[in-house]
Amino acid sequence: MSATPPAGSASLKLARSNRQSSARKRADRFGDVALFVICAAAALLAFLVIILIAKEVIEGAQPSISKFGVNFITHEEWAPPLEKFGGKGVILGTLITSTMALVIGGPVAISIGIFLALLAPTSVRNVVSPLVEMLAAIPSVILGFWGLIILGPVLVSTVEPFLHDAFGFIPIFGAPQTTGNSVFNAGLILTIMVIPIIASVTRDLFMAVPPDLQDGAAALGSTRWEVIRGVVLPTTISGMTAACLLGLGRALGEAIAVAQVIGGSTESHLSLFKPGGTMASLIALQFNSAVSKLHTASLYYLAAILLVIGILSNLLASWVGRRFGGAGGVTR
Amino acid sequence: MSIDDQTFDPVQARNGKAPVPGRRIRIRTEPLPGAIGAPAASTESAGEAQLHVATEAIFEANEVGIFYGAKQALIDVTMNIRRGQVTALIGPSGCGKTTFLRSLNRMNDSVSGFRIDGKILYRGHDIYGSNVDTVEVRRRIGMVFQKPNPFPKSIFDNIAWAPRNLGMRSGLSERVEKALRGAALWDEVKDRLKDSALGLSGGQQQRLCIARAIAIEPDVLLLDEPASALDPIATGAIEDLIHSLKGRFTIVIVTHNMQQAARVADRTAFFSLETRGERPIGTLIEFDDTEKIFGAPRDPRTRDYVTGRFG
Amino acid sequence: MRLLPRGEQPPLDPTLPLVASGNLRRRHAASRIIQSLSVAAAIAAVAVLVIVIAAVVTHGAKAINWEFITSGYPTGVGPYLVGTAEIVAIATLMAMPVGVLIALFLSEYAGRRWTRPVQLVLDVMNGLPSIIVAVFIFSLLVAGKGQSGFKAAVALSILEVPLIARGTQEVLVLVPSHQREAADALGVARWRSILTIILPAAAAGIVTSTLLSVARAAGETAPVLLIDSLAKGDKVQLNPFHEIPNVPVRIFQLSEEANPEGFTEAWGLSLILIVIILALGLGSRALLNRSKRKMTR
Repeated sequence: MSATPPAGSASLKLARSNRQSSARKRADRFGDVALFVICAAAALLAFLVIILIAKEVIEGAQPSISKFGVNFITHEEWAPPLEKFGGKGVILGTLITSTMALVIGGPVAISIGIFLALLAPTSVRNVVSPLVEMLAAIPSVILGFWGLIILGPVLVSTVEPFLHDAFGFIPIFGAPQTTGNSVFNAGLILTIMVIPIIASVTRDLFMAVPPDLQDGAAALGSTRWEVIRGVVLPTTISGMTAACLLGLGRALGEAIAVAQVIGGSTESHLSLFKPGGTMASLIALQFNSAVSKLHTASLYYLAAILLVIGILSNLLASWVGRRFGGAGGVTR
Repeated sequence: MSIDDQTFDPVQARNGKAPVPGRRIRIRTEPLPGAIGAPAASTESAGEAQLHVATEAIFEANEVGIFYGAKQALIDVTMNIRRGQVTALIGPSGCGKTTFLRSLNRMNDSVSGFRIDGKILYRGHDIYGSNVDTVEVRRRIGMVFQKPNPFPKSIFDNIAWAPRNLGMRSGLSERVEKALRGAALWDEVKDRLKDSALGLSGGQQQRLCIARAIAIEPDVLLLDEPASALDPIATGAIEDLIHSLKGRFTIVIVTHNMQQAARVADRTAFFSLETRGERPIGTLIEFDDTEKIFGAPRDPRTRDYVTGRFG
Repeated sequence: MRLLPRGEQPPLDPTLPLVASGNLRRRHAASRIIQSLSVAAAIAAVAVLVIVIAAVVTHGAKAINWEFITSGYPTGVGPYLVGTAEIVAIATLMAMPVGVLIALFLSEYAGRRWTRPVQLVLDVMNGLPSIIVAVFIFSLLVAGKGQSGFKAAVALSILEVPLIARGTQEVLVLVPSHQREAADALGVARWRSILTIILPAAAAGIVTSTLLSVARAAGETAPVLLIDSLAKGDKVQLNPFHEIPNVPVRIFQLSEEANPEGFTEAWGLSLILIVIILALGLGSRALLNRSKRKMTR
């Protein structure tokens, strides 16, 4: 609604102000439409990018898909000079490292979430929370470099021999290699990356559990842990799941840090202490030096698989977080 | 000479309620019209021992003051709460009655800046003493909150949760049934114990919370405006429930509904704001038998409140 | 009549002192153990942070001197620093408007029908592994056409957009509705009220999320590795349409070469990168706190 012209003015003034207000109205309408269009265009651009990504990656993988088909997933021989490419080794490596990151990192991160949300006094929380989030801010290339130079030697000299001696009968604790580049190292680095993500999400989740629900449990003569176990954790299960799925997505897609510490092998094996490979890290390591079109296409094939898994876990995280909202879904 | 003898209570009789145990000593000052089943001799000769046994103080508050940081919320509260009775805390909002109630089972501990002066004795033990186990305090002194807060679990699990924690694992179904019966909820939910408690109506949820509280057999029940979030019919059900529970439990109830206090309480404490120094602080104005508070209050402020002149 | 359990526990004797009765001592012990474990987990996380940062600082400080920062390969890393700054600046310049516009779309125009799909797209974009974005841009822009800093900036902007969009969205939601209503009541056109009232109110949040996305982009290696890794680093390259030396790729190359002499340079670069990222993080956090205080006044 535009300003009404002043009453009792001369007709000339009235005509001029009418012209002004209709010119202004036109400008406003144009501005409204223009702003809407560019906002919508930006949103459309995002859609387009996702679709383009899928298209480019799958197209790039075409030569390899048509040559190997589904066997790509079941065969492990990856020999570029022989034009033989099988992804089983790196797919397995991806699964092992990501599982390790979640199995170790998940409970640790949830414990940190419990600490920050429910146990720590506000002053402590205000200091430790940013520190935990800072862990997520470390670029993966620096973390990978640290893992290579500092963590690797420590693992090789102390942890891996210890675990092998103590639990060597389990296949994953096989004989350690000497280089420090191992699946185990990569798994630990991924754990470090995954923990701050899950911790800050679960911290927010736990803080959103209604206090009167916790009061009700406390008023029944329950210990702190019983209140957490009986009320806080059950109401946040879906959120915790979504948080872990987010962490999983991160672990699956991490290319650089893993590339630095995992040793770049494509062998399919179960031992944590041998070098290995993941889909993302193999792409990072071999893409620039691919020897043939089929080699590149096979790397695209790995990227396509990674894209599908990555998007699926992301969608699953959003869906779980939204569907079972409960005490505040996952907003990240 | 037992506490369970029938004794006539005029206030209750007017409302058609059942006789109340433990009241005989209070009536010994004058014989009441229509007193039945109470031989005059035993009333007249009531001795100190009977006095002590029948109206033993569960809580003794001595000059209690409560602070939140620098701000004082409550000052100078001295009162005894007697075993087996219903004691109501009434007064306008913001005068500290809920604060006092929550201090009785240490539920204020989690509020930042909370500090308490004076002493609160529970059965002779200082609740805020240095060796006191807060979890044990809440085990014996249960609480039901203003807004029903059932756990997002099944009806059965809501009630069975705390007993399981306490190690009462055998006879759980009987315990749950007895608690639900005690809360007058059994008939309504007995066929759907596995259903979620969140599907119950507000009044049912509140009775569930009461059942949850009594399932672990506390000594005392603290009720913080238990019916204020409920409709009148549900409120009536809660009040009937309180009547049936008293005697078994000592009940302290905060209510801003005076008529409710008059209906359910044996003794009533009137809290209000009193200006001490710069700002008004909540304090206990008058504490007496319910019929005295409502019928013949001593303090003019009490009279103003109960006759509806303010608040 | 009291509730009687099937005879396994003696009924509570309320006259006993208020110390743990029955199984409470055991339950307290269990609770204390769990609490200790959570504290230990938090300490472990902070310890890892301290260990990593300490390693970067102690090893990197040895490398840092004036010549290191200002000269080029092989004695210094100046060109890499300039290169990364340039690429990130271009990427952010592209990403910020797009991110803000998408957030505006979600908060002002989306309505029930479009909010979920757009939100979903943003979530997917946010979760895209950076190596995939790298492969995508390589396929789209680099294959057969050559590397350049600009193309790397495009890749980085794809990673920055969801961060900026989400951060902006969070602040747009906080703009009090009475400000919007007042504008409507005055008859102000929608576009005017958005540009002159709502966006400025959200400015701090937009700046904060932009700073955070800059911090993220500065450390991203994968996209740049595939798209702009051939530059030599001996002199500063300002033209974005050529290959530009940059920091994360250099660190990666040094770590892969396994030449101990190169490690010192890598530590030095890491230290500079971490300092910049932490400074951006702290700065944005301080900004956020200041703006939150303003908003809730």
